[in-house]
Amino acid sequence: MTDGTLGVRPLHHPQPRAQFARAWAAQKRAHRLQWLSAAVLMMLLIAISAWLGEVKPALLWDRLPRFGSYFGRMVPELALATLGEDLAYWYWNGWQWLASLWQTVLIAIYATLFGAILAYVFSFLAARNLTPAPWVGVAARRTLELARTVPELVFAVLFVFAFGIGPLAGVLAIGLHSFGALGKLFGDVAENADPEPLRGVRATGASWAQTMVYGATPQLMPDYLSYGLMRLEINVRAASILGFVGAGGIGQELYRAIKNFDHTDISAIALMLIAAVMLIDALCGWLRGRVIGREGLRAL
Amino acid sequence: MSGRPLTRWRECRPELYPPRGLALWRRAAAVLLGLGLFLWGLDALEVTPGRLIDGIGQLGHVFMLMMPPAVTEHVWDYVRAIGETLAMAFLGTLVASLLSVPLALMGARNIMPFGPVRLLVRRSSDVVRGIDSLVWAIFFVSVVGLGPFAGILAIAMNDTGVLTKLYAEAIENTDREQVKGVRATGAGRMQTIGFGVLPQVMPVLLGNSLYFLESNLRSATILGVVGAGGIGFFLMDRLMISAWREVSLIVIMVLVTVVCIDALSRVLRGRLIGPVGR
Repeated sequence: MTDGTLGVRPLHHPQPRAQFARAWAAQKRAHRLQWLSAAVLMMLLIAISAWLGEVKPALLWDRLPRFGSYFGRMVPELALATLGEDLAYWYWNGWQWLASLWQTVLIAIYATLFGAILAYVFSFLAARNLTPAPWVGVAARRTLELARTVPELVFAVLFVFAFGIGPLAGVLAIGLHSFGALGKLFGDVAENADPEPLRGVRATGASWAQTMVYGATPQLMPDYLSYGLMRLEINVRAASILGFVGAGGIGQELYRAIKNFDHTDISAIALMLIAAVMLIDALCGWLRGRVIGREGLRAL
Repeated sequence: MSGRPLTRWRECRPELYPPRGLALWRRAAAVLLGLGLFLWGLDALEVTPGRLIDGIGQLGHVFMLMMPPAVTEHVWDYVRAIGETLAMAFLGTLVASLLSVPLALMGARNIMPFGPVRLLVRRSSDVVRGIDSLVWAIFFVSVVGLGPFAGILAIAMNDTGVLTKLYAEAIENTDREQVKGVRATGAGRMQTIGFGVLPQVMPVLLGNSLYFLESNLRSATILGVVGAGGIGFFLMDRLMISAWREVSLIVIMVLVTVVCIDALSRVLRGRLIGPVGR
C-alpha cells in the first residue's frame, strides 16, 4: 500500500479475452455442478421422506370424496323460512362457546404479555453486542432455545399435571414458548441496534441496566411491539387447541365435538374461531401499522 | 425571547418531560385502568398466588421424577419416529412452498388486477390458516387413515395458508422500478413476473420456507397426539402412563434433533440468501 498504487494491480494481461473465456467456462461448470448436486440431494431427501412418511398419493386421490363428505356433513340445515330457529339450533350452545372463545383470547393475551416481558429482559442478555458478559449471552441463548424448542402442547401437558386442569396451564405453556420465540427475534433485532445512542448514554455514566432502558429500548421498541403483536396472532391459534389436553379455552369444546362426531358443532365452533382469529389479525395489523408507521410497512 | 431556554424547550417538546397537571391525572387514570383490567383478566383465568406456588412445587416434583432419562429397548422406535417427524416436516413444508407461490401471485395486488380472485385467494388462505395444523391432522386422519401421511397433509394445508399470505405481502412490497425496467425491455406478463418480481422476493421466499421448516418440525412432533405419525404418539403415550423417565428421554431426543435442524437451516440460509437476510 506504500508504493502509491493503492494495492490495485495493473490490468493488462497478454491474452485478456482467452483468459476471460477460460474463467467464464470454469465458473459456469462449477455453477452447473453445484446445481446438479443440490438437485440430486433434494431428490434423495424427497425420496427418503416419502418412504418414511408413507406417502400414498393414490390413497389420497381415492379418499378425496370422503374429505368432501366430511365437510358436507358439517354444513347445517338452514332454511330461509326458519332461519332464526335453524341458527339457534346450530348454535345451541353458543353462549358457552362464546365464553370459551373469550377465555382462549385471554389466554393468548396473557401468555403473550408474560412471554414478551421475559423476552424483553432476555433479549439484552442474549444479544452479542449488548450482553453484560459473554457467558451470560451464551446462557441466555441456550435458555431461549430450550424454551422455544419444546412444543407448547408438551409444556401444556406437564403444566396441566402440575397446576391442574384450567387456563392457567395454558397461559404458562404458551407464555413459556413465546418467551423462547420472541426472545430470539428480539435478540436478533437488538444485535442490529445502533451503537451511537448506547455510547451516548453510557458516556453520561449510566449503568448497564440504564443504558439498556434509555439507550437501547427507544430504538428497539417499535420492532419489539411489532413482533409481539405478530406473536399474539400466533398465540390465539395456539390457545385454540390447548383444550385438547385440558389447558382451557375453546379447544375443549372443539375436541369434544370432533370425538363425538357432532359435525355441525364442529363447523359452528370452527367458524367462531376463524372469525375471532381474523378479527384479531386485523386488529393486530392495524396496531402494527400504527406502531411502525407507514414508512415501515412500505404500503403500496 | 420569551422565558428561559429550558422553559421554551419544555413548551416545544412536552412529551420529553414528565406530565404535569391534567396530563398527570390522565396518565394516573390510564395506569389504574390498565392495572384493573389486568387483575380482572387474571381473575377470569382463575390465576391465584396459591395455585401458582402449589403448581411450581408439583413441577419440581415431576422434574425430579424425570431424572435421569431412561434408555430402554424402545430407543430404536423413537429414532424411527423422529425420522418420520423430520420427513413430515420436510415434505409438508416443500408442498406448501410450491403451492403457495402461484397462490400468492394470484393474491398480490400488483400482480393480479382482478379483485374477486384476489379476495377469494386471500380470504380462503385466512380460513385455512385460522385452523391449527392439529385440527387439520384430525381431518386428514379420518380421510387417509392413521400415520404420517395425514401429518404431512395437515402441515402442507396449514402452511399453504400461512405462506400464501406471507409471500403475497412480500410480492406486494417489491420495488416497482425494477418491474418497470423489465417491462420497458418489451417483456410479456409472465416474463415480467419471472424476471422483475420473483428475483426480488426469492430471498424472502427461501428464508420463510426455511423458517417454516424449523417451525413445522416443532408442530410435527405433536401431530402424533391425534394419530398423525411421528414422535408425538410415543410422547403422549409415555406421558399418559406417567413413564416420566422415558418422557425426558424423548424430549431430549427431540431437542437434539431440533437444534441440529436449526443449525443446518442457519447454514443453508447463509448460503442461499447471504448474511443480510434473516
